[in-house]
Amino acid sequence: MELFLQTLIYGLLIGGLYAVIGIGMTLIMGVLGIINLAHGQIMMVGMYLAWVFWTFMGIDPYLSLFLAVPLVFLLGIFLSKYFLQPLIEKESILPENQVLMTVGIGMVLVELARFIFTSDYKSVETSYSSETIALGNISISLPMLIAFVIAIALTLGLFQLLMKTDLGRSIRATAQDKDAATLMGISSKKITILTYGIGSGLVGAAGILLLPMYYLYPDVGPIFTIKAFVITILGGLGSPIGAIAGGIVLGVAETFGATYISMGYRDAVGLVIFLLVLVFLPGGLKQVLKI
Amino acid sequence: MLKVNNINMSYGDLQVLWDVTFEVRKGEIVVLVGANGAGKSSILKTISGLQNVSKGTITFEGENVSNINPSEIIKHGIVHVPEGRKLFNEMTVEENLIMGALHGEAKEKRNETIEECYLLFPRLEERKKQLTGTLSGGEQQMVAVARGLMSKPKILMLDEPSLGLAPVLVQDIFNIIKSINKQGITVLLVEQNVQSTLTFCDRAYVLENGKIVLEGTGQELLNNEHVKTAFLGI
Ligand SMILES: Nc1ncnc2c1ncn2[C@@H]1O[C@H](COP(=O)(O)OP(=O)(O)OP(=O)(O)O)[C@@H](O)[C@H]1O
Ligand SMILES: [Mg+2]
Repeated sequence: MELFLQTLIYGLLIGGLYAVIGIGMTLIMGVLGIINLAHGQIMMVGMYLAWVFWTFMGIDPYLSLFLAVPLVFLLGIFLSKYFLQPLIEKESILPENQVLMTVGIGMVLVELARFIFTSDYKSVETSYSSETIALGNISISLPMLIAFVIAIALTLGLFQLLMKTDLGRSIRATAQDKDAATLMGISSKKITILTYGIGSGLVGAAGILLLPMYYLYPDVGPIFTIKAFVITILGGLGSPIGAIAGGIVLGVAETFGATYISMGYRDAVGLVIFLLVLVFLPGGLKQVLKI
Repeated sequence: MLKVNNINMSYGDLQVLWDVTFEVRKGEIVVLVGANGAGKSSILKTISGLQNVSKGTITFEGENVSNINPSEIIKHGIVHVPEGRKLFNEMTVEENLIMGALHGEAKEKRNETIEECYLLFPRLEERKKQLTGTLSGGEQQMVAVARGLMSKPKILMLDEPSLGLAPVLVQDIFNIIKSINKQGITVLLVEQNVQSTLTFCDRAYVLENGKIVLEGTGQELLNNEHVKTAFLGI
């Protein structure tokens, strides 16, 4: 029973982070209409930035969120403005080619990271990295808990932006009907570029929150790209609330898989769920939850 | 006010507008009529910049607005309520209205204009928190027109606002268009209800295969033999 509870709590906590990763992917998918196959690689950039801030300047990863996330946001703006937007503007170029472009972007980011930081594993050992909080017989990792709380704050902030501001409404409008949004005076180019920046910033933030508990190496990204994709499909394409549900389901499923089957199967569990959802629930959780 | 001069327009290789010329004067209600596929919607899309002219010019209040970026057109006071409503179906009625008022004066007066829209369409006030995707067709059409009004248009271009509505509702929508016009908003209307629109419009143009073939006041066209056989079935 304790093992069960422990696993469940851990799964929920990691699920909160996955939700942030998934929402970023979902926003990009909604507005650009493509899957961003550089998603995890952009997260990796955020992690290296925070690692640099920690190693060379002694800035705590949670503090460096305020420095690194804006930088990742700008990276996203740069990438979408100069690499994706030119493809979007040419009507003769199919969306598939933008997806290929994101693959290319991802590969370049990984190789740049390898060039600058080598393939060595890095980690950020803070004073609290291995601290835990005991709740009866259950222990919760402190950085995990902090990450969860910040993830929730980020998610709430993002929803506030999406639901209550003109910018957020413009993003949703563009995702729902680009032509109609244009007629409302919304520049879809501006919104597209901004959305890729926001999605990048979000996944970068998630990466930094993982940093105190995770090893960092240039190839850390691709598995998170896959996770983000799984979460998006699981949640129902284009639904931020679905992405939260999808993130939590994936987090819990993975942790149970790791605990009760084998650690090595953790990532495989996600892919199994992915296939099951595609076959049995093609509309994702959105379809079940009616959101 | 709005002058369309000898424009040609094509979708890729397919030319659909040929040398189209017409104008809308301040305060008028002007109607474009024509069979399915004649190019009525294409004209509105060209005016709002969603399509580019390959020849000719479009001017609005003396300013050249041909091939304008479509996200800029609304700032000139030209508001296009497109065919098929094109609402944001996963947003509430109120949010859809807000989307009409994102810029300039329309944004400043947003709350006032929302109240005016609710006076005009009390039905929408009752349903302001409902997602537009779940509204009836008639209610959706009201949202589309109201969202257009939210932009504080100088000219409102309506593409088949009566599409799919029951005859009583059609009459309601036409009455609302008339009252909008009385408030000083110029109207360019595309309609299939030729008989009733010709009775209340100021002037009309008949479009066939992408060309203007007839023009005149509503009354003139109602009495025109060609219009009678082609559109009125008499
Ligand atoms: N996006 C498009 N790509 C290619 N051809 C188009 C496109 N939109 C319209 N057309 C063609 O242009 C012609 C004019 O279409 P348009 O929509 O302007 O007609 P309409 O007069 O509005 O007709 P309806 O009364 O059926 O709405 C048609 O032959 C149509 O097939
Ligand atoms: Mg049409």
